Amino acid sequence: MIRARIAIALAFGLLSSPAWAESVLISGGKVVTNAGPMLESGDVLITDGKVAAVGKRVAAPAGAQRIDATGKWVTPGLFAGLTRVGLADIGLDDSSDIGTEGADAIGAALDAGPAFNPASASVSVSRAAGVTRAAIAPEGGLFSGRGAVVRLDGAPDSIAAPQAFILLDAGERGASQAHGSRTSLWPTLEAALDDAASYPARYRGGQTGLILSELDAQALSPFARGEGLLLIRAERAADLLQVMALKRRHTALKIAIIGATEGWRVASQLAQSGTPVLIDPMNALPQSFEQLGARLDNAALLKAAGVKVSIGLMPGGDEAFQARLVSQYAGNAVANGMRWEDAFAAITAAPADLFGQRGLGRLSVGAIADVVVWDGDPLEVTSAAEHVFISGQEASLATRQTALLARYRKIVLKPKG
Amino acid sequence: MQRFVLAGALALLFSNTALAAIATTWNRNPYPSTYVRAASAPILLRGGMVLDGKGGEYRADVVLADGKIQAIGEGLPLPVGAILIDATGKWVTPGIIDVHSHLGVYPSPSIDSTSDGNEATEPVTADMWAEHSVWPQDAGFYRALAGGVTSLHVLPGSANLFGGRGVTLKNVHARSVQDMKFPGAPYSLKMACGENPKRVYGEQGTSPATRMGNFAGYRKALLEAQSYQRAWADYAKKVEEFEGPPGGKRKKGGDGDAPTPPDRDLEKETLVGLLTGEILLENHCYRADEMIQVLDMAREFGFKVTAFHHAVESYKVADILAREGVCSAMWADWWGFKLEAYDQIDENIALVQAAGACAIVHSDSELGIQRLNQEAAKALADGRRAGLNVTRGDAWTWLSANPAKALGILETTGTLDAGKAGDVVLWSGDPLSVYAKAEAIFIDGAKVFDRTGEDARPLADFELAQPNRRSAP
Repeated sequence: MIRARIAIALAFGLLSSPAWAESVLISGGKVVTNAGPMLESGDVLITDGKVAAVGKRVAAPAGAQRIDATGKWVTPGLFAGLTRVGLADIGLDDSSDIGTEGADAIGAALDAGPAFNPASASVSVSRAAGVTRAAIAPEGGLFSGRGAVVRLDGAPDSIAAPQAFILLDAGERGASQAHGSRTSLWPTLEAALDDAASYPARYRGGQTGLILSELDAQALSPFARGEGLLLIRAERAADLLQVMALKRRHTALKIAIIGATEGWRVASQLAQSGTPVLIDPMNALPQSFEQLGARLDNAALLKAAGVKVSIGLMPGGDEAFQARLVSQYAGNAVANGMRWEDAFAAITAAPADLFGQRGLGRLSVGAIADVVVWDGDPLEVTSAAEHVFISGQEASLATRQTALLARYRKIVLKPKG
Repeated sequence: MQRFVLAGALALLFSNTALAAIATTWNRNPYPSTYVRAASAPILLRGGMVLDGKGGEYRADVVLADGKIQAIGEGLPLPVGAILIDATGKWVTPGIIDVHSHLGVYPSPSIDSTSDGNEATEPVTADMWAEHSVWPQDAGFYRALAGGVTSLHVLPGSANLFGGRGVTLKNVHARSVQDMKFPGAPYSLKMACGENPKRVYGEQGTSPATRMGNFAGYRKALLEAQSYQRAWADYAKKVEEFEGPPGGKRKKGGDGDAPTPPDRDLEKETLVGLLTGEILLENHCYRADEMIQVLDMAREFGFKVTAFHHAVESYKVADILAREGVCSAMWADWWGFKLEAYDQIDENIALVQAAGACAIVHSDSELGIQRLNQEAAKALADGRRAGLNVTRGDAWTWLSANPAKALGILETTGTLDAGKAGDVVLWSGDPLSVYAKAEAIFIDGAKVFDRTGEDARPLADFELAQPNRRSAP
């Protein structure tokens, strides 16, 4: 249907014309707006890639595509952070495991956006599970590099926000790259920020920086001046306090924390500082000496203290292929004490806010129309996405997996005779 | 071949009788289980929905007594002195059994000093026994328990062609691994197909560096095991000649000294166990075509493949696996982390079930093992959505009966049947939901976990007086 319409549009040369309008009315579903109470039965109108109306009995323009969502759930698309979707086609292979490793300890200049492969199976598999956007970043190093926000529609030009943030590690892994010691970690970080803040002046006339190469200083400089997000990995309660101290020393910096395994121990300080956190709520094991306080109710405790909580994946885990697990993660946060609304916001509106993506994560008039129709509660592991719209365009839910199923079910289930 | 199997069996028999003065085989069980079940009053779980692990779902009471499931049915009376637990609105299931875990051998904290799961120093290390690496104080055991896991099979890693023996454990607090060993459970042998062995050794410039190198390595090791098996059979024959028939009069002196036994070889003993069927083959094998190769090799050497693990492509050959009677241990949705995991489909488990083969949900993960019920729920939902004929009852067979079968312990656990071990989980709600939690867990009829109170969560030694309690300073 959509494809046919695009074909017609192309035939008349209308696709790029602003006059070309397409409307979709999704009616009668349980609507989660993230911008007010849920509508038990509501309509969502999408026009020109934006949410045009949300409410009861929304009138659709003539010719609008209609989707009956009675008995379904209608929500904003999932926003998966922090992932390597599209950065690796498969793991454990140099040829396709692209852009995932910081080559140097200080890989500030690494840039995930240009390495993103929209045709990767990890993109279509994530999309089929209702993930419409992802924050992607390289992995490893003290400074891992610059991350981007991407649309998961598979289009060749689907980088929504290049160089949106820079990832650095102020914990065990970062320390191992800063002369192998936590005692050198913070002096190294401070020196790097100093170099970046004084770029290019410090590097004129062949001068060198304290720590950073000119390339890294250039890459870090906008972030050191507060023009982009510093996403800082920290797990241990004491390390989280160090990040907040950094924020007090450099008030211009925009800082968010990823990890925060022991965040619950300093939740009130995190809340007071207004620092958003992106956490993995499934982590209940003391997997390292900076995660001794791992608890399944971390998300609930942080939220209850007033922290802005996002739920997502952590560097070094399933983040390249399993961005779709964010909904299961959020469901488990609910099972461990978080309110459903907060947990759902933690994989939609909250990460959109954390990564500075205005107009995403909510179904309100004027929002970017990343909309998903689900066959049930989207946080329930048995539910699935039935329709996925990204910037108002219905996206294909076909994947390599659906094609493989179609091929082999005929072979292995053939009637005996 | 059959003759050797018989000889081995006879040898075993002789070693257990007082009549044979000379042992004609090696000690099969030098590190025996010292597991003792906890004492408990009888327990009546009343009014819950039951997923019985055999495919059924219905309302029933369950009585646990003397370590066993004593009765299951409607309107069961409260036994004398029994503890009554109201299970109304809740679910009762057999305990989850994970056939593929590295808890204890790759424990938390995950640091170099605890990395004990892969003896990646030579490709055939069938002499390794995972139990000798298991640290019973891995916090992962405790979190897995909170997820409803009552038994688990701990395997060596997959770097090697034959990585060593796996061990089946009861998931109980213990001071030694022997205190956890599942009484009577057979050993397994971990074998790995595909990418891992060839990558690990290929990168070192040694064989195997290719998939054909993998097979050459398996076959060479198995041929050597057959020689070893023959040497012991010959020795048993010589002893028989020396001693005369059992019960008969022993020849004395006339024929010289007693025969000398072959030198023992731990590696070959494990492989002989595979050939005689004493040891089960748990085969890490992702790709369908490699599974078919392994099945041919099993025929070549006369052993049985118990289960393919990480079997992401079982759906491509599910009809053959059904015919061959081989189980597939699978993830619900892990994929992509290497090329041999690229063709995973979310309907894999359900399609294997629908084709009539034995399907198992496994974890291979200290995190996944905490939520295997959710993984089964995902696999069920994906299968039903694709129109495959799978039921909620089937889904619990993937978590208990089928893994029990693949570990050789189905006769004692894995289903809610009177006479089986009281390995039972009480769930707060439908366990095929993300929102359900294990409320109480029973192992051999005794409550070992109770989700009540802020600090009820059991802790490993490593976790004591660490900053993990809300009440801690």
